[in-house]
Amino acid sequence: MKITIIDYGAGNIQSIQFALNRLGFEGILTNNADEISSADKVIFPGVGEASSAMKKLKNTGLDELIPTLKQPVLGICLGMQLMCNHSEEGNTKGLGIFDTDVIRFSNEVKVPQMGWNTIYNLQSPLFQGINGNEYLYLVHSFYAPLSENTIAITNYETEYSSALQRYNFYGVQFHPEKSGIIGEQILKNFLNL
Amino acid sequence: MLTKRIIPCLDIKNGRTVKGINFLDLRDAGDPVELALKYCLEGADELVFLDISATEERRKTLVQLVQKVAQTINIPFTVGGGISSVNDVEVLLKNGADKISINSSAVNNPKLISEIAKNFGSQCVVVAIDAKLINENWKVHLVGGKVATELDLFDWAKEVEQLGAGEILFTSMNNDGTKNGFANSALAQLSKTVNVPIIASGGAGMMNHFEEAFSLGNADAALAASVFHYDEISILELKQFLKNKNIPIRL
Repeated sequence: MKITIIDYGAGNIQSIQFALNRLGFEGILTNNADEISSADKVIFPGVGEASSAMKKLKNTGLDELIPTLKQPVLGICLGMQLMCNHSEEGNTKGLGIFDTDVIRFSNEVKVPQMGWNTIYNLQSPLFQGINGNEYLYLVHSFYAPLSENTIAITNYETEYSSALQRYNFYGVQFHPEKSGIIGEQILKNFLNL
Repeated sequence: MLTKRIIPCLDIKNGRTVKGINFLDLRDAGDPVELALKYCLEGADELVFLDISATEERRKTLVQLVQKVAQTINIPFTVGGGISSVNDVEVLLKNGADKISINSSAVNNPKLISEIAKNFGSQCVVVAIDAKLINENWKVHLVGGKVATELDLFDWAKEVEQLGAGEILFTSMNNDGTKNGFANSALAQLSKTVNVPIIASGGAGMMNHFEEAFSLGNADAALAASVFHYDEISILELKQFLKNKNIPIRL
């Protein structure tokens, strides 16, 4: 299986590679359009700030390529947020794959949310074999509210989408590569799609 | 519900784990990768590695260690100690660290906080603050607690939050190594002063100290070293204890 991890200079992609290695797979780290298009699975990571990450995507033309991909694509954390319509962070126009906006937590709670929280109402083959209320590791200040594309819910200040799906596109707010064996199971499920 | 985090801390010198009392008298406490894996399997929520060696040669050892830890464990970890530039941060993140922690270098050059936040995001910037209660004022100390400053803990915490810190690791030097509990009233005040998560550090000796750090100190996470290294407290038992006390905990 050919797995590519989109390397556009935003994020700790080494951790995703190491997680794949633990599962017995090897990812190709690249921003090359052919390598990405010809992959069986594409992982779209990202941490950091939305507008500068989007700028990096545009510089390499990846903002046009990603929405046209036909194989399963998994956005992680900021990667997921960039696949939405719009993010309040840096007033950033997203890739418009998931039909939702991304907004900030209020100051009624500690921001960023940092740590382990549960996911529930799981509605996708991505969560095959995962019971509701398992803990995943999250670190984020912005979130996608519940929408038609929600496939998992987490509660922090309010119920929001901790995972999204539309067609072949999947997005998770949590870090499967840093969420113990449950996270690794979700990565494995993605590779099995 | 977001859970409170239990974070074992590994002080690293020349690639080995060490532990002292009140920042002094360092003793060998084992192989960091082995310990990291052990903690991970016992249910640690995160790990912190603080490198207390200094020279360039030892830095290279640290990068190798970071990579080995990242390959081995599947939970987040923070690396701190001697980080003074955006380039230092980049090397550690690229090798698999999730967050970095800065201390003296942030006081000497507060702009470093915003530069790291801008380049890699606030989520990876932990500002560690060592403070000591002197005449009823919490004063920030540097260089592993050796150098006193005029900075007030709460003013400095507010400033680092504004500069883009994603989390604050507060070590009370009065409590560190005493095993008499965390500095709970200072922690509670810190939580009121800033809106980023606070990691409590210094003073863990018994399981109820952790409970107090969360219930009285309102901390988001609690860090300890020796009680875990020397098997005085098992992480799994600690987490069960806290859960029984109705503290939100991942089990």
